[in-house]
Amino acid sequence: MIEMLSLAFMQRALVAGLIVAVVAPSIGLFLVLRRLALYGDALSHVTLAGVATGMLTNTYPVATGLAFAVAASLGMDWLRQSYRRYSEMAVAIVLAGALALAVILLSLAAGSTGEIMAYLFGSIVTVSATDVRVISVVGAAVLLCLFLLYKELLATTFDEEYARVGGLPIKAINMLFYVLVALTVALTMRVVGALLVSSLMVVPVGAALQVARSFRGALLLSVAFGIASVLAGLTLAYVLDLAPGGTVVFTAVAILLLILAYKRLRRIE
Amino acid sequence: MVTTNPVIDVRDVSFGYGKDLVLDRINLRVARGEYLGLIGPNGSGKTTLLRLILGLLPVTQGEIRLFGTPVQRFRDRWRVGYVAQKAASFNTAFPATVEEVVRTGLTARRGLLKRFTSSDRLAVRQALDRVGLLPYKDRLVGRLSGGQQQRVFIARALVSRPELLILDEPTVGVDASAEGQFYRLIRSLRKEMGLTVILVSHDIGAITQEVSSLACLNRRLFYHGSPADFGTDEQLCEFYGHEVVRIVHHHHPEEGEGA
Repeated sequence: MIEMLSLAFMQRALVAGLIVAVVAPSIGLFLVLRRLALYGDALSHVTLAGVATGMLTNTYPVATGLAFAVAASLGMDWLRQSYRRYSEMAVAIVLAGALALAVILLSLAAGSTGEIMAYLFGSIVTVSATDVRVISVVGAAVLLCLFLLYKELLATTFDEEYARVGGLPIKAINMLFYVLVALTVALTMRVVGALLVSSLMVVPVGAALQVARSFRGALLLSVAFGIASVLAGLTLAYVLDLAPGGTVVFTAVAILLLILAYKRLRRIE
Repeated sequence: MVTTNPVIDVRDVSFGYGKDLVLDRINLRVARGEYLGLIGPNGSGKTTLLRLILGLLPVTQGEIRLFGTPVQRFRDRWRVGYVAQKAASFNTAFPATVEEVVRTGLTARRGLLKRFTSSDRLAVRQALDRVGLLPYKDRLVGRLSGGQQQRVFIARALVSRPELLILDEPTVGVDASAEGQFYRLIRSLRKEMGLTVILVSHDIGAITQEVSSLACLNRRLFYHGSPADFGTDEQLCEFYGHEVVRIVHHHHPEEGEGA
């Protein structure tokens, strides 16, 4: 344990992991309650295409990933208006298009398979000092927005029509929210990989919803479960030499299952 | 303060989805302190008229004024409290306490980027006390009974201290005792807060005994006047819904009830 903390790459991994552990479930809670749990999935594939573009053009991949995610979240809003009755279509279309684009771009950028794997499955232990800086700044910005717009986001998530009757600028709030989601996805991807991003946004929230007794409580518990998953997951991965991204998310799933089992047992008694 | 403007002034409003007119040249004035029952069969345009009044649909023909201001320029939205019909069918798994839900009613009034204050907390408590739910403030809203949930949404509408309260089909899906309790609640709110109330219903039953005036809508406005006159004119009840236009448009006197 102590030895793990003295390694520079593990320190970076922990800092990046903890930031993501706070940001991803907080944004994820609003996403789940807006019934958009799969939205993060679509955006993570877009981010992957962005990362591939960055690798092809020799730009910093995290930056191109961020840019792609933000652009796609705004595009998805536009698509959703074309498919009003089937809003999940917008998510499916973007997911398909982005994954296809990512596959093409990644095959063009061939030669750096290791790097591709890093973005697909996450490689928190190769997080660079620059990555940590970017993740800290963007993560802090997302949390600040969340803090400042907490009441607006809660009101629009609970009852969008009522919020509109009250005169809230729903369009602007939703737009900003989707940008926050995009930023969160891009950050989280560096840690757990494209395939597991949405799990870190959704699974801790799923556990929190089982036990929360208020919205505030749900938010705090989501974050707590996120932090627990990252800390326990990274430690396990280090000790047993497992893939960190997978171990983190698997820990989150284990927490969720334990809570479900506990609730079931208490009901039987 | 007494203003001469009617609370709601609907002038020559028509509205259609595509070619079919849902509302045809509606004129309706709601006076301060009025307790209006807006009735009409399903599909008669009641909800469309409400959505126009609330600014959820754009007024394309005619004009709607709220407190004297055209609805598209009306900014003081807190002056209007609204309880939607579908409020009863919200996501009951949403992890929010009664207090948290009622507080969302103050979001717009408090303003962007501002935190709720201690006077907001007090307003939430008062609204909950008014509907008799103060002891339930920390409960999850999804765990309450249908009638209690309805009162949570009434409290949310009241928390900004509105002057006008609009309720869309409030007694649908609640049992008889909750319905009686609901009407008693509205009566006491009118007395204590001097509220103007619009109650929308497809059912002429109980509401005719409660309201101070009735408006009967079915694409056109067929009647706006006292419920007593409406009751005696049985023919009108029969024509209700047919092409026979009988506008008995005597304006409801401002009898200062509660105002």
